[in-house]
Amino acid sequence: MNAITRVNRRSFLVGAGAAGGLSLGFTVPSAANAADATPEVNAWVVVKPDDTVVVRVVRPDMGQGSLTGLAQLVAEELECDWSKVTTEYPTPGQNLARKRVWGAMNSTGSQAIRTSQEYVRKGGAAARMMLVQAAADAWKVNPAECAVDKGVISHKASGRKTTYGKVAEAAAKLTAPDPKTVPLKDPKDWKIAGKRLKRLDTADKVVGKHMFGIDVKLPGMLIAAIRDCPVNGGKVKSFDASRVEGMRGVKKVVQVGESGVAVVADNFWNAKQAVAALPVVWDEGPNANVSSQSIAAMLKEGLDAEQAYVGNKNGDVKEALAGAVKKVEAVYAYSFQNHATMEPMNATALWTADKCEVWCPTQNAEAALAVTIATSGLPAAKCEVYKTQLGGGFGRRGRADYVAQAVNIAKQMPGVPVKLLWTREEDMTHCSYHPITQCKLTAGLDAAGNVTAWKMRISGQSILASLAPERLENGMDPATFQGLTASSPEGAFGYNIPNVLIDHAMRNTHLTAGFWRGVNSNHNAIYVESFIDELAHAAGQSPLEFRRKLLKPKQLAVLNAVAAKAGYGKAPKGVFQGLASMHTFGSYVAACAEVSVTDGRLKIHRIVAATDPGYAVNPAQIERQVMGSFVYGLSALLYGEISVKNGAVEQTNFDTYNVMRIAEMPKVEVIVMPSGGFWGGVGEPTISVAAPAVLNAIFAATGKRVRSFPLMNQDLAAV
Amino acid sequence: MTVLTVNGKQMQADVDPRTPLLWVIRDTLGLTGTKYGCGIAQCGCCTVQIDGVATRSCSFPVSGAVGKKITTIEGLAIDGKLTKVQKAWVDNDVPQCGYCQSGMIMAVSALLKDKPKPTDADIDAAITNICRCGTFQQVRESIHAAAKA
Repeated sequence: MNAITRVNRRSFLVGAGAAGGLSLGFTVPSAANAADATPEVNAWVVVKPDDTVVVRVVRPDMGQGSLTGLAQLVAEELECDWSKVTTEYPTPGQNLARKRVWGAMNSTGSQAIRTSQEYVRKGGAAARMMLVQAAADAWKVNPAECAVDKGVISHKASGRKTTYGKVAEAAAKLTAPDPKTVPLKDPKDWKIAGKRLKRLDTADKVVGKHMFGIDVKLPGMLIAAIRDCPVNGGKVKSFDASRVEGMRGVKKVVQVGESGVAVVADNFWNAKQAVAALPVVWDEGPNANVSSQSIAAMLKEGLDAEQAYVGNKNGDVKEALAGAVKKVEAVYAYSFQNHATMEPMNATALWTADKCEVWCPTQNAEAALAVTIATSGLPAAKCEVYKTQLGGGFGRRGRADYVAQAVNIAKQMPGVPVKLLWTREEDMTHCSYHPITQCKLTAGLDAAGNVTAWKMRISGQSILASLAPERLENGMDPATFQGLTASSPEGAFGYNIPNVLIDHAMRNTHLTAGFWRGVNSNHNAIYVESFIDELAHAAGQSPLEFRRKLLKPKQLAVLNAVAAKAGYGKAPKGVFQGLASMHTFGSYVAACAEVSVTDGRLKIHRIVAATDPGYAVNPAQIERQVMGSFVYGLSALLYGEISVKNGAVEQTNFDTYNVMRIAEMPKVEVIVMPSGGFWGGVGEPTISVAAPAVLNAIFAATGKRVRSFPLMNQDLAAV
Repeated sequence: MTVLTVNGKQMQADVDPRTPLLWVIRDTLGLTGTKYGCGIAQCGCCTVQIDGVATRSCSFPVSGAVGKKITTIEGLAIDGKLTKVQKAWVDNDVPQCGYCQSGMIMAVSALLKDKPKPTDADIDAAITNICRCGTFQQVRESIHAAAKA
């Protein structure tokens, strides 16, 4: 029997009956326990006696729909009844204890489905084989003579029938088949996967029951508010706890690591008031001299620097440029962005000398566990992380800095659960920001307007240097060239140009760079797709026809799809169109934007977007991801800018870091066109084409080429 | 002791009267369906209804809510029967992460009380909640669907 290892299952029922007779009760997330008393068929599947199927899903769903998609893939191969499917979340501690039987637990890089689809489908298929085998054994027949439909196993010759729930216990005792021998269905035959099924997790979200990290409540829990040094890299010199210790609700004032101070109180408001009032002397260090201007100057120097990492080289750019009939050059810049997840960073920790437990919204529970182990001072076996629901992620919650802080605080209050919640201001000023870059592009055209040379120098921050220096390759950040490589299946430069040189002058700043939805393909797509538009204009050709001559087939297919659906070249009077396409996160994407600019005021009327992710597990959810990616990408284009003064981030909240509202959001028409043969991502790829499609439409409308952002800082009046 | 009427029930909270209603609802009364997003009435995550009016509770002192009817997301469905707005939200799979949706649903419910058949322009003017996942298209469609229901 191989029932799931239960790691200190916690299930608190909290009664707060004091307030007017109101009785509240809820459960905090705990180790996987839905299968109480029911042995698992395998790591992915538990079938209860009532035929309920519990699918284990380890990739966090922060809204992108992967919970439903992954369950669809398992259920497809399992051949179970979709209406009886539920899900549960194993913890990273359980994964560790079982030699990572569930593999990686991250939802980052648009990977939740594409990098786990094969083994989760095999998990479903293997479970089906074992369930059928168990029925066949009981009937003493050959399993090949048995058929399965929606969790009902039948043996036609004898007319016998049984259900998964009835044979699950026997199946659990069988030896699992070798995954290599487990066949998978041809996606053409899918009945559950590939369909527009509704999400499994909607009901709780419309009644306020979906439990996010901020909602965790434990008996005796206190709440902490934190202030980390406003200048990244700075430290706490001193603070005067006595000035706030007498304030209402305050329980303790603590230093958090070298750079933070926190107040622990009975509720968040009291903690927030006190930490704001706490006198702190900071040692801001040399970074206090950094400003947006000094960063821009450093990046500008990199545009022409001698040394750079080469990411894509073909032919001889220097010679081709020398022989060009026409040379075009442009410099672009893209600023820092904050993820601004709606739920600010938070984590709840309970530390004793014998155990450290953390409840947190995380995109990577294993990373959160690693940080918990490192900060708690306890061995791995005495640490556990329970993933809560996530109020957005967008890459920010792959980093576990806030988990380290929560454990640090909890360690100073042994036995007391402490929920650390960041204010929006703390969140806005202590992000791992979308990297800041500049880009100089130089191209040569021949007499017929063909592109003979493409030179592209990116100067700026490396995410890997900030967050994962061990992944640098001889100092180079290969992720910088997202969508720009010669041939990577993850994302290759889409244009056939004979002489190419794309390189990166790494210029890191004191602000931490991080993975922000779309990552490096955001600025790379703006640079490439705006500049291709510039070249089409310089060659006197239609931006569509110009691209068509150069694009590789799958990228061309998505571009053609949006051009056809949008009616490219046939926009209503006063409305102008712009195009963009990209190959990134393994998918091919394109967009056509329709805008008008009146007296310098931009209106985005319509977006037509296409994605070819190879396979579409749930087209309805893919459409929503594409639509959402445009809200995110266009928010950054219109308003997004994190700037630095005296080493500190200037924006503090949504009043200074504005984002799109419903009134500004155009209708997005989505074409999902999976061509098969590869598995691409969904959540991120299309964000890359949002900004350049709109920028190219603005050029069509105004004749003005905008090369630095956000647009709120630009005068769009026609030239 | 502050006495409040929340979702039809009288409740008591021993808090500083200047405390924003949001934190009393969440931390003192334990109704965590109402969310914190910004604390400065910009994002709308904390929207509740006070005497039927959509109100951003993060910037509304609890003392101002005394003697009024406060409705939170937990108080919309009576005996588990979803309102037509909640039902439209389920039917159209509106939420992505879901964090902003409590506030969104409270704001939309108040709008439909004032304007049972809102135009797109009415929606643009009244619904200024932030959704970072970008569910706006489903929100708009579902407001119209709820209005027709």
